[in-house]
Amino acid sequence: MDFTIFIRSELFMVTLTFLLFWLYSRLQAISRITLLNPMVLTIASLIVFLKFTGISYEEYYKGGHMIEFWLKPAIVALALPLYNELRHIRRQLLPLLLAELAGCVVGIVAVVVIAGVMGAGEDVVRSLAPKSVSTPIAIEISHQIGGIPALTSAIVVVVGMIGSVVGLKMMTWGRVKSPVSRSLSMGTAAHVMGTNRVSQYGERFGAYATIGLIINGVLTAFLANPIVELIYSFHLF
Amino acid sequence: MTKQFGVIFGCLVLGELIAMIPGASIPGSIWGMLLLTFFLDGKWVRPESISPICKLLIKNMALFFVPPGVALMLYFDIIAREWMPITVATLGSIFLVLVVTGRLYEFLHKIFKKYR
Repeated sequence: MDFTIFIRSELFMVTLTFLLFWLYSRLQAISRITLLNPMVLTIASLIVFLKFTGISYEEYYKGGHMIEFWLKPAIVALALPLYNELRHIRRQLLPLLLAELAGCVVGIVAVVVIAGVMGAGEDVVRSLAPKSVSTPIAIEISHQIGGIPALTSAIVVVVGMIGSVVGLKMMTWGRVKSPVSRSLSMGTAAHVMGTNRVSQYGERFGAYATIGLIINGVLTAFLANPIVELIYSFHLF
Repeated sequence: MTKQFGVIFGCLVLGELIAMIPGASIPGSIWGMLLLTFFLDGKWVRPESISPICKLLIKNMALFFVPPGVALMLYFDIIAREWMPITVATLGSIFLVLVVTGRLYEFLHKIFKKYR
């Protein structure tokens, strides 16, 4: 078979994605450096590979969509951790919901207004709105509200990295003291990566971060669209 | 295994159907997640019966998102042009989310404890 046809095949694209991800996961596990995120490195390497070989994104996506397909069932699977946390959630439903609601609204309004005032284009602003929630959820929301899903997914990863690296420091500046509320905030602001960070302190903290991550995901799904439309209806920028 | 996938995909399909209703403005996968949580809570689905596949899917979420991430190569021009507002807005918003959520929860937790 012709080699150039071979490296353009779906099979090769899927295999390359698996192997790169596995390689970088090993690298992170061995080096223990949070910043060496396997997802980010795999994306970067694939982009370099595609640019270098002149293969278009559309050609890569013929294989890639088979991997992306699993995003939606993976979101549904989040029902299991949510169910496991239901006991905690029921016991203090109101404080949790109100704190999450405030965090969700403040997060969307802040990112939309700051980016808009600084002159970002409307498609970029819409891509930024769901930035605090987990990637698969954010991608769907971004798609729905007229953002650029790929840009959203990149920003979500950056948010997760910033959150897990400087999030705890930021809360010390902002005087958030109790470990439980700090965990809740980390899951709310920095999704899975923030949850990962606080899980190191114990299962209970990971549980609160998971609550933050999931409730904020659901709230953002409901509120991102109306909030963005409302802000644009004021014609501030 | 077919049962586990059947349950998960069944919820997803139902969720996608709900999302088609005008006004049901959240993604079908989120509806699917809420439905499955509801079924678990109502004891219609036992957690052990879907646990292995759920854990597998959640553990590998980062991989599934590689292809949409690679699409970033189509938007390099936008990022080069607007990296400044993107960075400032993101940092500002993270800080506000962390502090507002955390402090409000601390405050409400105290209040609710007092009046219970």
